[in-house]
Amino acid sequence: MSPRRPHQGDEIDGFILGRPIHQGGMASIFEASHPGHAIPLLMKLPHLEGGDPAQIVSFEMEQMILPRLTGPHVPRFVAAAGFERQPYLVMERIPGPSLLLRLRELPLPVDEVAQIGAKVAVALSELHRQRVSHLDVKPANILFRDTPAAEAVLVDFGLSHHGRLPDLIEEEFRIPYGTAPYMAPEQAMGQRNDPRSDLFALGVLLYQFTTGALPFGDPQHIGGVRRRLWRDAVPPRRLRPECPPWLQEVILRCLEVDPARRHPTAAQLAFDLNHPEAVRLTARAGKKRRDGWLKVLERRVNQDRSPRQGRPAATAHAAPVVVVAVDLREQTAPLAEALRASVGNVLRSLPGARVACVNVLLDGYLASDPLQDNRGRSTRVQRLVELRHWAAPLGLEEGRITFHVLGGSGAAAPLLEYAEANGVDHIVMGARANSMMRTMLGSVSGEVAARAPCSVTVVRAREAQP
Amino acid sequence: MIAILSDIHANREALSACLAHADSAGAARFVFLGDIVGYGADPAWCLRTVMDRIAHGAVAILGNHDQAVFQRSARMNGRAAAAMDWTRAQLSPDAGAFLKTLPLEYADEDRLFVHADASDPAGWRYVTGPLEARRSFEGTPARVTVCGHVHVPRLFGLTAAEKCTAFIPTPGMPVPLSRPRRWLAVVGAVGQPRDGNPAAGYALLDPDTNEMRWMRVPYDVEAAAEKIRRAGLPESLATRLFTGD
Repeated sequence: MSPRRPHQGDEIDGFILGRPIHQGGMASIFEASHPGHAIPLLMKLPHLEGGDPAQIVSFEMEQMILPRLTGPHVPRFVAAAGFERQPYLVMERIPGPSLLLRLRELPLPVDEVAQIGAKVAVALSELHRQRVSHLDVKPANILFRDTPAAEAVLVDFGLSHHGRLPDLIEEEFRIPYGTAPYMAPEQAMGQRNDPRSDLFALGVLLYQFTTGALPFGDPQHIGGVRRRLWRDAVPPRRLRPECPPWLQEVILRCLEVDPARRHPTAAQLAFDLNHPEAVRLTARAGKKRRDGWLKVLERRVNQDRSPRQGRPAATAHAAPVVVVAVDLREQTAPLAEALRASVGNVLRSLPGARVACVNVLLDGYLASDPLQDNRGRSTRVQRLVELRHWAAPLGLEEGRITFHVLGGSGAAAPLLEYAEANGVDHIVMGARANSMMRTMLGSVSGEVAARAPCSVTVVRAREAQP
Repeated sequence: MIAILSDIHANREALSACLAHADSAGAARFVFLGDIVGYGADPAWCLRTVMDRIAHGAVAILGNHDQAVFQRSARMNGRAAAAMDWTRAQLSPDAGAFLKTLPLEYADEDRLFVHADASDPAGWRYVTGPLEARRSFEGTPARVTVCGHVHVPRLFGLTAAEKCTAFIPTPGMPVPLSRPRRWLAVVGAVGQPRDGNPAAGYALLDPDTNEMRWMRVPYDVEAAAEKIRRAGLPESLATRLFTGD
């Protein structure tokens, strides 16, 4: 353990420390470089002499979790050293600023709030799929990649929980750790194993970006944080009338005290934020003011004060987003039947699942001259009507099924992009029946199955014997 | 990579499955944590196999059932004692002489391998919870203690603030045994699992990354149980292999 704090220019195991990014009481963060690594790097060094156990444990936690994470929504892990000598953690540096910088521009345009929210929800969905709950989602911990897709990147896993690793935070501390304005009520009660706590935190962020205000303020004591167990937030539309009812619906659903009443998964939240027209409005959308004192008192008196540990958490597994790709032109009746049967089977076994019924409208129908554009639009409406008709035998209630017409030059690419952007778990599609067509045009299902980020079921109707 | 096999209990099918699994996983070193014999129907074969591995550099330590072969114990319950009488009859005098040479513990860098509670290896106390784990931690300076005896996989940690924590490992998932905390890893049983999962259990420890994996390997339970029945050993020793309880 070095008695001297690290400085710019120091070399540690071949990493040269660059500009300091953050020098707090508990840790230093430096830009770093290494001849063996071409990407921009960042090195985190906890200070040992301070002796704050929370700092040490959260450093251990991040060191344990980060190397196990993959994908574009987390910084890539590069190297780590333990407490034998100077401990450190080296990871990919995401160059852009965090969402913290946007706070001075609040409130943001509604479209942008939805877009940011959807990107963060997709990142959370990826994280949850890897069995990690972040548990400290806030503007400072969200960055965006400098790529065409501009994926959201979540940083700082010091308070995170991995479903299959020892939880050092829970073991070490009785008091809950997190960031007061964004902390979910169950987290304030000591529960650290529910990924839906991240949806609550994202809901707070969406509320803040929509209205410019924090829904539960910035309490300085844990007692103040627990108030959110009974005291609800002022509905966002009261603070910002331009907030559309659908967005209020989504935000207030995220802020539900009972995790079971929130979106079951981050992917479903991303789906809502990407498809405002498909959000099913409930009483939340029209809520004009906070609940009355009687209701609040009742919640306060009846609240469950026990620490909520070990409750089963929702998994993406039980509430998947299922896409059924419907080819309205070539589909034979037996194939349509088989496709519906396959979707029906998925839904019966997974009551939390929701279905996006999708059709691809090829670009030829959407050319740029006004007349064709006009025709293109009506074609789109016609397709939506046909999709609804196609899905009617499934007998699904509003809210569990939505309908979408995607544009594109080929059938596979739009489906794949859609699956990527919405955290889709499962694509169900028909095989092209006519082998002549398949030879000429190639197999769409083959391409989707090969490149999709999720499971793909290709349905084929068994032909009647002649 | 170090493969750690505990509580084989004369289960030939489970031992062969675990050894094959560990070999293909690239294990270079083997530590046998005791109780090679007792309960199962193949004590001689299991003993020979372990001795053969020792000739190739493996390390074995003594378990309470191994000790009972050459030193009668009044503490064994009826079932275990009945199995032990049968086991003694199966083994040659050489086997007893070999078991007598096994040490009670094996220290390797900052690791200690022991059959049961490290604070008193010959006392054969079970490490089942944080209280027992704390006693074991206090009895050794080792940073990582690995033991068996309980037949249930667990990981106990001792934090810098002297707090003792417990964790149930997920099969196959590498768990870092990071510094500065100290760890007590209880590996499951090869030959008689008791955590509700009938698959044979052993552990892989990577000394370079300090990561430990609790492995589960399916094996021919049917054959192992049938041999126990044919040997006339207590029926419950056969049936428990199917349920792992």
